[in-house]
Amino acid sequence: MKKSLFTIERVRQLTGDIYELTLSGDTSAVTAPGQFVNIELPGKFLRRPISICDWGPDTLTLLVKVVGGGTDQLVRCAPGTQLDVLSGLGNGFDLSSARAHAVLAGGGIGIAPLYGLARRMLALGQTPTVALGFRTARDAFYLDEFAALGCRLLTATEDGSLGSRGFVTDCIKAVPACDYVLACGPLPMLKAVHALPQLQGGQFSFEARMGCGFGACMGCTVPTKDGYKRVCKDGPVLYKEEIVW
Amino acid sequence: MVNLSVSLAGVELKNPIIPASGTFGYGREYAELYDLNILGSFSWKGTTGQARLGNPQPRIAEMTGGMLNAVGLQNPGIDAVIANEVPNIAKLFQGPVIANVGGFSMGEYAENCRKLNEIDQVAILEVNISCPNVHAGGKNFGCDPRAAAEVTKAVKAVTKKPVFMKLTPNVTDIAEIARACADAGADGLCLINTLLGMRIDLKSRKPVIANRTGGVSGPAVFPVALRMVWDVYEAVDIPIIGCGGVSSAEDAAEMMLAGASAVEVGAANLKDPYACKTIVESLPAVCERMGVERIADLTGAAHRS
Repeated sequence: MKKSLFTIERVRQLTGDIYELTLSGDTSAVTAPGQFVNIELPGKFLRRPISICDWGPDTLTLLVKVVGGGTDQLVRCAPGTQLDVLSGLGNGFDLSSARAHAVLAGGGIGIAPLYGLARRMLALGQTPTVALGFRTARDAFYLDEFAALGCRLLTATEDGSLGSRGFVTDCIKAVPACDYVLACGPLPMLKAVHALPQLQGGQFSFEARMGCGFGACMGCTVPTKDGYKRVCKDGPVLYKEEIVW
Repeated sequence: MVNLSVSLAGVELKNPIIPASGTFGYGREYAELYDLNILGSFSWKGTTGQARLGNPQPRIAEMTGGMLNAVGLQNPGIDAVIANEVPNIAKLFQGPVIANVGGFSMGEYAENCRKLNEIDQVAILEVNISCPNVHAGGKNFGCDPRAAAEVTKAVKAVTKKPVFMKLTPNVTDIAEIARACADAGADGLCLINTLLGMRIDLKSRKPVIANRTGGVSGPAVFPVALRMVWDVYEAVDIPIIGCGGVSSAEDAAEMMLAGASAVEVGAANLKDPYACKTIVESLPAVCERMGVERIADLTGAAHRS
């Protein structure tokens, strides 16, 4: 973990409520896709934990969904705004455990960390399939970015307005060879993916209301088969076999 | 050169800054960030007789100027702390440690404290009496002067270490509870614990925190804590650790003026993990500006001017 200042370089609106933020700063504490940053905002007591979409040596890409006052304030920051950021939080995805027939499954804003994950898996010679679920075509984002990476892309929308009609679980079922997932999305989606009988294993990234974000306050602990774990420090990524719903 | 050392019931601290219980775990997370030896002491996570899983999620809510928590005393239990955390603390921190101890009966408080007798590094027992008494319909020990006094006596009977009772602010007259603890033999007091509060989500129309209520902390509670430290300082002659909303060296100095001999810093650590380090480093300049050579001289000074 590192506490440092990041500068907002660019804010791009992707859908009605989802924005891409490009920041510059020291990303040396970021070590794995699926980690997150915790951002201080003027006037807000608690920081806002935001998943890392992608990063380079001195750039950070975040996808932010406006869900309340804090995220609204964040996406309205003008380029040049400096933010106090705790970076490199959480464990992130474990690339070494992912199998050959892995699907990266994302729902809504949960697709954010899958982009950096897909890019790194491809760099390691792995060929993941990416399955993205949205409510409707209007809510879809980052399809071009995923396509540009060159990985196989499947999409599903609840109303069938884009890709196949249904859920991200239907995309995974359409890949019979898939026996492993790396998933991030809303809880009902994670639960449905977790229940797919074709999976031998997987990793699931969880959201939580956090106090500190670095393991001190026990605000975000959840029960697992290996005892209570802190989503912020021992997670946010948990292995399939340890998850208790 | 400002002298930052303070004394708490005979325990010497190199400075008055102490991370508050529940915001600092057992030191591990912060030791990754800075050398804990700059601290006066630290108060470890509230520890009970048995391991506790704590409350359901969500446990955290935000508010203007602070936060609410309902962690529910999640901790591995006193035996696991002695076996796994105490040896590790000795590696991370060489100063005196404050052991925050919880309990749900007189017997449990006493037993937990007795188990710490052989741990030399534990210099002070900080007894959290904001716990429900399972033998009295769940009423908090700290809300009843008699129960508070009984816990004090029960703990004093089993230990030679200084005993500081940590008081809840959720009472009509905190000075009355403070006097009851002092009369029962407490060596010092720590105040305040969090204030009971709640938030409701506009969309779901349900309380944000699963436990419905949570403890309010952060800068918003600082004036409340300061007033209570003032009142208790007037009421008793034992040392006070001031706690509640402190987030700067100036706040710490103000808390000492009100009557605190040392100061705990809680929620500020969660927002800025370097908060205590920054406060310790800023204290000399604050003292110099105030024309103070010994920070201990600040304790209660506002009552004399």
